[in-house]
Amino acid sequence: MKLLDPTSERRPSARVALPRPETLAGKRVAMLDISKPRGDVFLDRVAAHLQRLDIETERYQKPTFARVAPVELLQQIVSECDVVIEALAD
Amino acid sequence: MATENPQNKSVIPRDFSGFIAVVKQDCATCRLIEGVLAEMAGERDLLVYSQDDPQFPSSVADVRDERDLELSYRHDIEIVPALLRVERGREQERLVGWHRDDWRRLTAMPALGDGLPAFSPGCGSKSVAPGMPEKLAHKFGDSPLQARRIEVADQQDEHEFAFERGWSDGLPVVPPTEARVLRMLAGTARSPAEIVGVIPPDNAPCTVEKVAINAVMAGCKPEYLPVVLAAVEAACRDEFCMHGVLATTYFVAPIIIVNGPVSERIGMNASHNVLGQGNRANATIGRALQLVIRNVGGGRPGGVDRATLGQPGKLGFCFAERERDSYWESLAVERGFAPDESTVTLFAGGGVHPIGDQASRAPESLTRSLALSLRTVHHAKDYSGADALLVISPEHMRVFRLAGWSKARFRKELEAQTTIDGRAVIRGADDIAVGMPERLAEARLSKLRPGGLLIAHAGGGAGMYSAVITGWGNNGPRGSVPVTVPIRN
Repeated sequence: MKLLDPTSERRPSARVALPRPETLAGKRVAMLDISKPRGDVFLDRVAAHLQRLDIETERYQKPTFARVAPVELLQQIVSECDVVIEALAD
Repeated sequence: MATENPQNKSVIPRDFSGFIAVVKQDCATCRLIEGVLAEMAGERDLLVYSQDDPQFPSSVADVRDERDLELSYRHDIEIVPALLRVERGREQERLVGWHRDDWRRLTAMPALGDGLPAFSPGCGSKSVAPGMPEKLAHKFGDSPLQARRIEVADQQDEHEFAFERGWSDGLPVVPPTEARVLRMLAGTARSPAEIVGVIPPDNAPCTVEKVAINAVMAGCKPEYLPVVLAAVEAACRDEFCMHGVLATTYFVAPIIIVNGPVSERIGMNASHNVLGQGNRANATIGRALQLVIRNVGGGRPGGVDRATLGQPGKLGFCFAERERDSYWESLAVERGFAPDESTVTLFAGGGVHPIGDQASRAPESLTRSLALSLRTVHHAKDYSGADALLVISPEHMRVFRLAGWSKARFRKELEAQTTIDGRAVIRGADDIAVGMPERLAEARLSKLRPGGLLIAHAGGGAGMYSAVITGWGNNGPRGSVPVTVPIRN
């Protein structure tokens, strides 16, 4: 018996996560707020810690957590920062 | 359904000139003209093709075995007996059934069929029996299908195979063979190659063919396919936000509400147990959409589907509005479509919350009663503007009909009954931490988002029940809004 493939027949390209940096010294850290309640509280606290360690941070925000991040935002983060810290849940 | 023209591959011998008769033993008219064929065989070049019995007609020598139906398929024989006049391999003229005068004219044999009745109708060709055209298209290699073929080994069970490939939602699927998919595609005039939409979460382009494959697996009949296609289209609309509906930790699934003449035509249930099991169209249309999201879009529980609890409707949740005896305009009419238009509306909804009110005989009382339940959707202390689907049963509808309340009047009264003082629902009120910000304590708060309440009439004739189906917390432009699309054939 021959069956027809019900899938998209595409093999998603496997992406390996970048290795974690040994140190944050000299790195710029993106603080991504996905617009979930109290995500800002978490990110403020983490950012304050990082700034005390002289690590530069930059704040970003998704318009709504219900939708995927706009491509422009992803590209902006990639071009401006080395590391991302994202506040996911409320 | 578009197929290649089978005539392109004639199987009539190229140098043949004369007559071709296609017959079957299981046809009274074919048996009637046995003698005619014998007469013709004596005087004309005649090839007789028999679809069921190569010994028939016994009056003719060298009958061609047409049990594989290739000539019938390639030359579009729909009725037997068929008599084709052929010159150098090309058909010039065709007769079907027995018309004595026509046969005499075409054969130039003025005494042909003496003693037979002047007319006898033919029978359906075996090549057009139900399901046969698809089998023949497959057999003779004229398939318009592009999907990859996957061989199931003889010793393998095809149902287990589908489970192992991850194609199933947990229940058995109908194996999507080429013949079944071709039959499914007969349910739409659209080309199998047409792109219906881009399916999240993988953003995979999805063709009519892929929808048909998944509709076969879900158990759909071909006549359901246009409804499934419309549902897929609606799910792909940006405003429905299918990616978010799938990815959320919340309970929601795309719920399909069907309006218009199509629902009765394809035998959907709008009556007893309308939100339950037992009707093939309701059960399989909803399931087909979910299988498309799973198989084409790649959306699976534990993968991008992060639902904490989910709900049984995620197997598929589809029903028809009971329009025939509804006192109110339908959901689709309210949303700008004509009553004779068929539509699907997609709503991102959770499970069914029952409301049993067997005492309210006044519309004011029933409205307050329904409002009580509506005020609890998402959370009883959430007043950030919820969406909900209210399914009103015939006996509850009767209360409004007897009082002469229009749908608009009901909506207005319901809005008043679902608007409360903020103080009751601020954080900490009733010693419950969750709630609205304290600054809203003095405000009047509406439970429902403007435009966020869908109302449909459905259910069996007895029972003073209605149902509330909670929408997604992330509703409106920041998340999902209900989408209605027309159903195209």
